[in-house]
Amino acid sequence: MRGNRSLIDNIDWILVGLYLILVFAGWLNIYAAVYNEEFQSIFDTTQRYGKQLLWIGTSVVLAVIILLIDERFFSTFGYFIYGIVLILLVVVIFIGAETKGATSWFSIGGFKVQPSEFSKFATNLALAKYLSSMNIQLEKFKTKLIASIIIFLPAVLILLQNDTGSALVYAAFILVLYREGLSGNILLVGIVAAALFIITLFFQSINYDLWGYTIEGAELILIGIFALLNIVFYINRKKKGILLPLIGVFIASGVLVKSVDYVFTSVLEPHQSKRINVLLGLESDPKGAGYNVNQSLIAIGSGGFFGKGYLEGTQTKFDFVPEQSTDFIFCTIGEEWGFVGSFFVVAMFLGLLLRILFLCARQRSSFARIYGYGVAAILFFHFTINIGMTIGLAPVIGIPLPFFSYGGSSLWAFTILLFVFVKMDADRLEIL
Amino acid sequence: MKQLEGRRYVIAAIFTLVAFIFLVRLFFVQVLDDQYKLDADNNVLRHIVKYPARGLIYDRNGELLVYNEAAYDLMVTPRQMKEEFDTLAFCELMEISKEEFIEKVNKAKAYSYYKSSIFIKEISARSYARIQEQLFKFPAFYVQTRTLRSYPQKTAAHILGYVGEASPKVIEQNPYYRSGDHIGISGLEMEYEEVLRGKRGVKIVMVDVFNREKGKFRNGIYDSTAVSGKNLQLSLDAELQAYGERLMQNKKGSIVAIDPRTGEVLALISMPTYDPNLLVGRMRSANYGILSKDTLNPLFNRALMAKYPPGSTFKSINALIGLEEGVLTPNTLYSCYNGYRAGNFFMGCHSHRSPVNLEFSIQTSCNAYYSNVFRSIIDKYPTAEEGYKVWREYVTNFGLGQKSNIDLPNELEGFVPKAEYYDRYYRKGSWGSLTIVSLAIGQGELGFTPMQMANMTATIANRGYYITPHIVKSIDGQAIESFDSSIVRHESGISSDNFNEVVEAMNKVVQQGTGTQAKIEGIEVCGKTGTVENPHGDDHSTFIAFAPKDDPQIALSVYVENGYWGSRWAAPIAGLLIEKYLRDTISRPHIEKRMLEGDLIHIQKEGNEGE
Repeated sequence: MRGNRSLIDNIDWILVGLYLILVFAGWLNIYAAVYNEEFQSIFDTTQRYGKQLLWIGTSVVLAVIILLIDERFFSTFGYFIYGIVLILLVVVIFIGAETKGATSWFSIGGFKVQPSEFSKFATNLALAKYLSSMNIQLEKFKTKLIASIIIFLPAVLILLQNDTGSALVYAAFILVLYREGLSGNILLVGIVAAALFIITLFFQSINYDLWGYTIEGAELILIGIFALLNIVFYINRKKKGILLPLIGVFIASGVLVKSVDYVFTSVLEPHQSKRINVLLGLESDPKGAGYNVNQSLIAIGSGGFFGKGYLEGTQTKFDFVPEQSTDFIFCTIGEEWGFVGSFFVVAMFLGLLLRILFLCARQRSSFARIYGYGVAAILFFHFTINIGMTIGLAPVIGIPLPFFSYGGSSLWAFTILLFVFVKMDADRLEIL
Repeated sequence: MKQLEGRRYVIAAIFTLVAFIFLVRLFFVQVLDDQYKLDADNNVLRHIVKYPARGLIYDRNGELLVYNEAAYDLMVTPRQMKEEFDTLAFCELMEISKEEFIEKVNKAKAYSYYKSSIFIKEISARSYARIQEQLFKFPAFYVQTRTLRSYPQKTAAHILGYVGEASPKVIEQNPYYRSGDHIGISGLEMEYEEVLRGKRGVKIVMVDVFNREKGKFRNGIYDSTAVSGKNLQLSLDAELQAYGERLMQNKKGSIVAIDPRTGEVLALISMPTYDPNLLVGRMRSANYGILSKDTLNPLFNRALMAKYPPGSTFKSINALIGLEEGVLTPNTLYSCYNGYRAGNFFMGCHSHRSPVNLEFSIQTSCNAYYSNVFRSIIDKYPTAEEGYKVWREYVTNFGLGQKSNIDLPNELEGFVPKAEYYDRYYRKGSWGSLTIVSLAIGQGELGFTPMQMANMTATIANRGYYITPHIVKSIDGQAIESFDSSIVRHESGISSDNFNEVVEAMNKVVQQGTGTQAKIEGIEVCGKTGTVENPHGDDHSTFIAFAPKDDPQIALSVYVENGYWGSRWAAPIAGLLIEKYLRDTISRPHIEKRMLEGDLIHIQKEGNEGE
């Protein structure tokens, strides 16, 4: 009894409250998104909102169970859970059900479970356990290598399932590594590489005629980089040992730029590269790849300041927006609740993220802290990409909005991810 | 370790920055930019137009002249086209080529994949009967009913006018019209467009992404029902009109017949004419091209748009002005020896007995007599300019040289020169009655439309006035006079006693003068012949007439181009029309036969070739 009592006292109810608000708001909006006059009961389990209510109920049960489990269970069985999830990720490639081109689902008696949703939690757990173990220094190459393997192993397996969106989420862990001592330069290099990637795409399809020679866009970029590096070298010409790093940078850039073309044509699926092109404004195709984003913008934009009112959204109700109860759930919010509603949801998410950061800072164990950063990083990535794509600021990568989007696997996985951290935080004083 | 602690602020800053960017973007999209709201309406709202039936047109006896016939627009919804679509069978059914089919399908797809658009416009009811049986094989296609005008009598094309699709210019200027709407383009269809078209209804429905109807928008508060167009009853006598057109076949010219008591137009003929059914539906533009290239100009409405000098028919007017001005009495005598002489001036005349009094001058159409009358009118005043102005005032009071304000579009004003015209032409003060004496016999600069000549005739028939001519008698049973304030009585300013003198003379014209070809046993016809000098070819034959003399019920003007003397073509045609209208029988079939067989178009061409 006393233990339970202190548990209730020690739980961060602000975080739990934010969670409940988001889940409840999500449920209301799923009801609006698939609203159908024939099935008006919000509890009708033949409809998505009814099912979502079941997922919410079971999620709450899951959360309570997690809060009752000993905190040491997670650190002890961290690798074990990770291992099991990896096996599931492999198995699903062979026996999984295919949905929209991705074989990432187990279909068990009408229920569908997506192991890749849970692998984010497992990876986070394993990474936190590894980085918090004794005598670990992130400066060492071996540490970096092992951490990278922990992160990228599930990502590669998910890529093999043809679910690029879910695989990209693992890039979020770079924030965790940064917090734990990874050089800021690597974060910077990552950003520069991404920028170079986009610039290359801009010039990729263009050829220039110059004095009879055909210069490809990629070559032009390399010429630009070469010129830039020469300037850097000239300014720093008195510094010793500047030449070698610059040559390294040049070669690295060359490899990157040259491989972008390969990545773009061979690694990404045609529909993905097209989506990226549309996003960058390289292609305009409001009826094809740009259709989703265009309709999504129309739905959100037509909401105005106060929105059209609950259940009054025409764009979402009449199916103009695709995937509106899952990936494009934010459209329903934007259309029916207007800027006010959008502001509320963005503010709630920011509050949730900052609350997690705040809680991380008060953890005594590095395991709990690293795990907490992992939670924040994963949620942040989903938040950024999901809302970003609905308002045309990010490529259309099919990943759900945490707690909002319809789907049992995703809601369960995010609940487990978050409540394991809530449990760690509640027990923080018991750790010496 | 301490420095890593600080990194959480970097991370918090990244989180906050992204949230901030989102809010700015959302503010722009949701609050500042209105385009998305319009796009949303375009997505969801469909305006289903309910086209009203266009008003019908009847003649004065209730004979149907214009009605609506169902036509069908073939619509396509590209999304519903199956992969195994049998293009060959479809093209065969629709009588189009494969290239045409591909082009149309691509056009429809470019417009919308889900929304339906017109594939083939205005399929006739007959073609539709054939297509209908097989249409079920092509589920992406359905038909939408429209109406097309149909003209069972095939007559009066210039009066009725035609209907076509509203041009982009019209749509820009008049917000009522939308692309694809029908609008009257000429004739009554144009003049009474707003009466005939009715009011379009609209039903606004919401549709989902598959274009399925999802109910009324705001419970239908913006919906409206279509109101049918009003029916017109014309004063036109369709039988008389058709008979006149037959008499005028193979001739160029015009006939206008009006009831002088009311100003109602009984017939308004312009030849050559065309079958109004040619300018309907899919064939309109092709047929229009053919008609507009025809050198005989069948689209040109001569009755309102051709200017002819009045010729000798105008002598009656000069007689009336002379009487009213007191420079002429019924007993005034002038001599004529084959013409009129004044100094070096000579105007020829045919040989007849001399001297001539008023009655005989009209009966025999003496040029010398009217040269004297005209000069005495002008010279009554101190200067020719003053005299001319008085004379011109009388002339315009007959409705000459000004628009008759008939309810048809594109009417010409005609021409009676102003004094200033001669000032410019000859120098002010240096022209006199002799300079312009050709006006005495209706030649010179004068140019009147057949419509104006009919008004002039009606004024004589009424002994002093004419009523604004109009072709629509009533709209939906309501008499036009009750609401059209432009229908008024126009006074000539000449006393009815003076008219009686001229009327008696005109009666003599028909009894024993130049117009005996218009003589009908038992009907007292009054008329005046005219031969209009034509610098471009053979002279025009003209005749004005009204009957019966003491209770005129029909007044008409007839022009037959290149018909020489008025007595040869215009007078017999006028006589036949008067008899047809007043008695509905023809007592002189030999004259009718000669008129029907008369060919002034092809003979003349052959003649010209021979020269």
